[in-house]
Amino acid sequence: MQKRGREEERERSEAKTGHRLVGARSGSEMKVMVAVKRVVDYAVKIRVKPDKSGVETSNVKMSMNPFCEIALEEALRIREAGTAAEVVAVSVGPAQCVDTLRTALAMGADRAIHVDAGAAPVLPLSVAKILKALVQVEQPGLLILGKQAIDDDCNQTGQMIAGLLRWPQGTFASKVVLDKEKQVATVEREVDGGIETLSLDLPAVITTDLRLNQPRYATLPNIMKAKSKVIKKVTPAELNVELKPDLEVVQVAEPPKRKAGVIVSSVDELIHKLKNEARIL
Amino acid sequence: VSTLVLAEHEGGLVKQSSLSAIAAAAVVNKEKSVTVLLGGSGLALRKAASHAASCHPSVSQVLVADADILVHPLAETWAELVNFVQHQGNYSHIITTSNSFGKNVLPRAAALLDVSPVTDVVEIAEPHLFIRPIYAGNALCTVRYAGKGPCMMTIRSTSFTLPSCSTETKSVEAPISQVDLSTFDEGSVPKSRWLKLVSQESERPDLGNARVVVTGGRGLKSAENFKLLEKLAEKLGAAVGATRAAVDAGFVPNDLQVGQTGKIVAPELYMAFGVSGAIQHLAGMRDSKVIVAINKDADAPIFQVADYGLVADLFEVIPELIEKLPDKK
Repeated sequence: MQKRGREEERERSEAKTGHRLVGARSGSEMKVMVAVKRVVDYAVKIRVKPDKSGVETSNVKMSMNPFCEIALEEALRIREAGTAAEVVAVSVGPAQCVDTLRTALAMGADRAIHVDAGAAPVLPLSVAKILKALVQVEQPGLLILGKQAIDDDCNQTGQMIAGLLRWPQGTFASKVVLDKEKQVATVEREVDGGIETLSLDLPAVITTDLRLNQPRYATLPNIMKAKSKVIKKVTPAELNVELKPDLEVVQVAEPPKRKAGVIVSSVDELIHKLKNEARIL
Repeated sequence: VSTLVLAEHEGGLVKQSSLSAIAAAAVVNKEKSVTVLLGGSGLALRKAASHAASCHPSVSQVLVADADILVHPLAETWAELVNFVQHQGNYSHIITTSNSFGKNVLPRAAALLDVSPVTDVVEIAEPHLFIRPIYAGNALCTVRYAGKGPCMMTIRSTSFTLPSCSTETKSVEAPISQVDLSTFDEGSVPKSRWLKLVSQESERPDLGNARVVVTGGRGLKSAENFKLLEKLAEKLGAAVGATRAAVDAGFVPNDLQVGQTGKIVAPELYMAFGVSGAIQHLAGMRDSKVIVAINKDADAPIFQVADYGLVADLFEVIPELIEKLPDKK
């Protein structure tokens, strides 16, 4: 009877928000949400558009941001260790983000949500507000993001969503240990002076550094399976989030080129040049 | 224009990297009304405050937040502090350094204030117009802040160097006042606890501020071989850096990594040994004044940015350099 009641409530809330409410926040029912961004592939040599309006992204290979892959991998490992029951991947951006989410599903995410924000870039603050709205619907116990995206190199979204939710944050994580009983995450962070260790009460936000883990490749059977997994689509308006364009890109330019150097033939010549030409020794 | 600089201190002095943020604030703020905010407790904080009061002619006020909860750099507490101080002072700009502290705290504080911050500013063209690198420094983006709230940013310390301290030190100290924390609600701060910091003690200069940096890549092959590089660094009075490959291979700790996601350096002299020159690495050192590359592989991309290249075996070159270079004091 009680169960039926919950089901009805779930249906009602589904009807209201367009979302499924699954699981509670605590124990093995914990859900992990991971935000993934579609970016120009890390191996592509980027080109600035001649009109200086931005960087060329059409006909360029796009991939999941490498730090987001690490974030997703960590979430999958947490689920595989039995600490979480479900991994939900979220991406904010244009229609093609569905490809990135399909990759996330092929790696092992259980389901995905695409927040269709149109073609224009969305500022980290707006992404954080969108994620906050989704967190309020999905109620994850942990939100994991990459520490930065390799396109805009902003390194902001995780900190901002943590601030908006007033959740504790463990940024630039190189090790995460979850204590299910105590509902605490112990996070080792890569900071300027070495490795810092924090203890965070859950729910919390974690952003991943490079050495947290080595992301898996999607296997062919999993790529096939991913095709039938659900990708839910919502818009910022449906989440009641207003995109706030308080930063405008004026122009994007090439950096100044370094002038060509010389190849020296010996250590003696190198020392001579550094002393007499560069006057640095 | 009234500018708040969120500063760090160590050993009773404002950190060098925070002095760069003060220098950046002076670019924004021609009226010499820069407020420096310091937090922590005890004698170290009081000494740092008096250093801050006389460190730059543009500093007009030093705010001291004295509380035990501010001793450790927890983003949750510090972001609330920035939010709290902003509501009292209503500053037009809030600036801090783009290091692991600033990157952790400032975006969180910006979210609390409903502001889009600008990270990694390398040039301040106008008070609301900034240049920052994107795509690992392969493009430079000019952005304008058009919001109503305070303009918030982190700056690259390598782009805002201080005028030499001796000539610029002020004769008159700026007033130091305490932040009244009686209404600062600690209970509202999300629960995180600082447990420890494990750091490598080093006699050598700080990587971010060193005049000379010698860097090793995968070509060094082992942690043992990095000791050879350290000997050279000693001779040059240099800091040691590393590529991501060398850190991932476990040759050196993570805090030596130079690159897009590691430290950004811009020394007078940068010497790269066995570094191939991935764009992610170049992002962290391309603004160095003089770049020297030593690599066996003549096709290594590092040679494209090097002022002086030497195609040779680094295991022969390093000992020869140690022997032939003049001693540095």
